[in-house]
Amino acid sequence: MTAIAQTPTETDAYNFAYLDEQTKRMIRRAILKGVAIPGYQVPFASREMPMPYGWGTGGVQVTAACLVPEDRLKVIDQGADDTTNAVSIRRFFQRTAGVAVTENTPEATVIQTRHRIPETPLTEGQILVYQVPIPEPLRFLEPRETETRRMHALEDYGLMHVKLYEDIARHGQIATSYDYPVKVEGRYVMDPSPIPKFDNPKMSDNAAIQLFGAGREQRIYALPPYTKVVSLDFEDHPFVASKADHPCGLCGSTDSYLDEVIMDDQGGRMFVCSDTNYCSTRREAGHIGAMAAPAPAQPQERRAE
Amino acid sequence: MYVAVKGGERAIENAHAWLAEERRGDPSVPELALDQIREQLKLAVNRVMAEGSLYDPDLAALAIKQSRGDLIESIFLMRAYRTTLPRFGVSRPVDTAAMACIRRISATFKDLPGGQILGPTFDYTHRLLDFALAAEGEAPRAPITEGAEPAAVPHVTEFLNRDGLIQEEPHSDETPGDLTRNPLELPANRPLRLQALARGDEGFVLSLAYSTQRGYGRTHAFVGELRIGLVAVEYDVPELGFAIHLADIELTECETVNQFKGSRSEPPQFTRGYGLVLGQSERKSISMSLVDRALRWRELGEDYIGAPAQDEEFVLSHCDNIQATGFLEHIKLPHYVDFQAELELVRRLRAEALELTGAPAMKEAAE
Amino acid sequence: MNATALQGGFATPAHDSARAFRATLDALARPGTIQTVAGAQPPAPLSVAAGVLILTLTDGTTPVHLAGAWDCADVRDWITFQTGAPLVGPADAAFAVGAWNDLAPLDRFAIGTPDYPDRSATLIVECDALQAQGAQLTGSGIKDSARLSLPDAARVFAANHALFPLGLDFFFTAGDRLAGLPRSTKVEDN
Repeated sequence: MTAIAQTPTETDAYNFAYLDEQTKRMIRRAILKGVAIPGYQVPFASREMPMPYGWGTGGVQVTAACLVPEDRLKVIDQGADDTTNAVSIRRFFQRTAGVAVTENTPEATVIQTRHRIPETPLTEGQILVYQVPIPEPLRFLEPRETETRRMHALEDYGLMHVKLYEDIARHGQIATSYDYPVKVEGRYVMDPSPIPKFDNPKMSDNAAIQLFGAGREQRIYALPPYTKVVSLDFEDHPFVASKADHPCGLCGSTDSYLDEVIMDDQGGRMFVCSDTNYCSTRREAGHIGAMAAPAPAQPQERRAE
Repeated sequence: MYVAVKGGERAIENAHAWLAEERRGDPSVPELALDQIREQLKLAVNRVMAEGSLYDPDLAALAIKQSRGDLIESIFLMRAYRTTLPRFGVSRPVDTAAMACIRRISATFKDLPGGQILGPTFDYTHRLLDFALAAEGEAPRAPITEGAEPAAVPHVTEFLNRDGLIQEEPHSDETPGDLTRNPLELPANRPLRLQALARGDEGFVLSLAYSTQRGYGRTHAFVGELRIGLVAVEYDVPELGFAIHLADIELTECETVNQFKGSRSEPPQFTRGYGLVLGQSERKSISMSLVDRALRWRELGEDYIGAPAQDEEFVLSHCDNIQATGFLEHIKLPHYVDFQAELELVRRLRAEALELTGAPAMKEAAE
Repeated sequence: MNATALQGGFATPAHDSARAFRATLDALARPGTIQTVAGAQPPAPLSVAAGVLILTLTDGTTPVHLAGAWDCADVRDWITFQTGAPLVGPADAAFAVGAWNDLAPLDRFAIGTPDYPDRSATLIVECDALQAQGAQLTGSGIKDSARLSLPDAARVFAANHALFPLGLDFFFTAGDRLAGLPRSTKVEDN
C-alpha cells in the first residue's frame, strides 16, 4: 500500500510532458498510423489525465507525445489564448514540460486548439493539435461503433449524403454550421472537430501537420501537410464558409470569424474577432475598427475582470 | 467601448483558493483525518477504490477528503493518479474460493456447507436515524465467538455444478484484455465486459440491473452466493521460481443463478451472472452479476429484445462515470464559437422561412 | 547477453525520444524530406537512425522482426535489453528491420484489415544512402511533388499504395538519416 508521505506532490515527480514513456510511445505509434492513413481514426489506449474528459484530454495527450523541450506552445479555446481552459492547459505544459509559450501564432511550433483554426495561415514548421469530443462523423446518424466502423471500411457514406440531402429538402440548405463533415483525399469522411464551418477550407492544403485527439473516445487521426480536404456538399448546393456579415468592431477585419458580444441590457452588440491574437496583431499594425478606442492615450480603468 | 474579458489565470487561481477554503469549511470544527475517513466512511472508500480501479484505502481516503466527499470526483483523482503508476507485473488470479469470508449468504439454499454468515450487514437494520450517533459515544463492540474466525467456504454454485444443473464455465488460461491499456474494441468478450462493469458507475450498473428485473431483458436471477472477505494477492517472481504473498485485499463476489429454459444451442439448466468488486460493495456486485447475465444473451442463444442491459455497446460505452461526467460537464466550457455559427444559421433559416410564408417583417428588435 | 546490449540507449530517454519522434513524424508526414536523428549507438549492422526508431517506437507491446544480417545476436540482445520488444517472424511483426532484399517478399507482413487498416507493419529499411532524388512522390504531405531514392522499382511501392487504405508504411534509414514513405504516397518513375 502506498504511504501517503511518498506520494509525489511536486510536478517534477512526473515525467517530461507528464505522460510516461510507454504511454507516449503508444500515442506516437497511433499518430504515425494516423499520418499514414489520413482521416482514418486510429484507436488508442487513452489514459486518464489530470483534467476531465471533455476538457481536451485527447489533445493534451497528443500534444504531450509531440512536444520537445525546444517547442513554443500556443493554446487557444474558441480562438482565444486567454479563455480559462486555454490558460489551464498552457500552464499544465509549462509546469510538466517546461516549454516556452506564446500567444503569437507565427511564433508557435505547436498549437493546441479547441473549436478554431487560427486566422493567420500556418507554416511548415508547425503542428496544430485539435481537441475532439466526438471523432466519428457518422455517430449522430448511427450510434453504433460496430456499424460506423463497417461503413468506413466499405466507404459506405450514403447515410451522410441522405442526411445532408434531407437538410436541403427541409431547409433549402445544409443546416450544419459547425462540426461540418469533410472528406479526406477522396477516401475517409472525417469529423473536423467542432470548428465553425468557416474554418473548414483552412484544413485543406495546410502547410502544417494537423493532429486530432479524442481522449474519451480513444481515437487519434491526422492530416499531413498539403492534404486535400473537401467539405461535403452537392453540386447545386455548394459548401459556403459563412460567418457573421460584419467587420470586426476592434480591428476592422472583414475576413475573420467573429464573436457576437452583447454590450448592454438593451441588446446592443458588437462583433469582434474570435482569434484574439489575429485581432491584436492587426490593431498593433494600426487597423482600427469602428467601435475601438482610438489609441490608448489614457489608462482604461474600467476593465472587465 | 468594449474591452474583452481578460485575466483567466488570476480567475483560476482565485477559484482554486476559494475551493480550498470551502473544502476545509468552518476552521473551528476539527479537521478530518484520513484515518477517520478510512475507518468510518469505509464504504465510500471502497466505492472510490472499486471505480478508481486502485486498491489503496489511504489514497481513497485522501481523494474523498480532497474532493469534499464528491465520490465521482474522488474516483477521478484515483484514476488520474493510477495512470501515473508504473506497472511492475501482473499478479496471479486471486482465488475467491479461498476467501476468508466475513459475510457469505446464499438465497438459493436454506443452509449449506460453511453456513450462512450474515456479517456486518445493513440488511436487517431498521432504518431509523440513530441520534445516539450524533453525540460522541463509546466504540461499539460486537461479541466474539471462539473458533468462528473468517474461513474459506466452498462456492455455492459448485454444488449445482456437480449435478450438471448449472452451465459449466469453461476454464481458460487466456490472458484477459485490459481496458486501461488497450482501447475498447467491440464486440468485447466477457472478461472485458466484466472489467468495464467492475470499474463502471455503481448507479448506472444498478439502474441497468433493476431494469432487467422489471422486464427489460429479464434474467430471473437468484443470488446463488454473495461473499465478502479477504483474499491473498500473490505474485510470481520469475527469479525466485515461486509466488510471494503481496497483500490481502477485500473483495465482494456475487454469483447469480439464473433460471434458463434452454435455447436453440443450450439445454435447460441454470446459468450464471458474475460480479466481483474491490472492497465491500454488495449493491454493485449484485448489479454487476445481473447485467453480466443480461449481456450473455448471444452466447446462450437467447433472443435480443432490444433491452438496454442486453446492448453491449450501449452498456460498455456509457458505464464509466469519469468519461460520462467529463463529457457531460464539459458543456459548461465556452462554446460561443459554435453557438455563433448556430446563431447565424438560425437567423438565416428564419429569415428565409418567414419570407416564404409571407409573414410580416421580422421583429427587428428581437433580432 | 553481451555488454554491448547494455549500451547505446538514449542518455535522456524522455528528451531524446521526444526529439526523435518529431523527426520521425516530420519524415512520415512529409515524404521526400530527409531528417537527421541522434541519441542511439546501436550495434552493427543497425544504423543510428534505425536504432533511434526502435528506441522511440518499440517496447514490450510491439513485436519486431529482424531480417537477414540484422537478425544477429548483437542486435537481438540490444533490442531485447533496450526495449523488451518480442522478436518474431514477419507475419506477427509490428515493425521489421533489415536490408531491402532480406525484407522481401513484402506480402509476408500485415497490411491491416478493412476495419482496422492501422494494424499493419512498419518496415525500417536500411539503405546505403538516402537522397532527395529518384522516384517521384505525390500525395498527402507533399506540396506538388518530391523525390526520394528508393531501394526498388517504383511499381513495388505503387503496388503498396494501390492497397490504400491498407498497406505497409516505410522508413528508410542510412547512418543517422531517415526518410518516410507512408502507404498514402503515390510513387512513379521518372
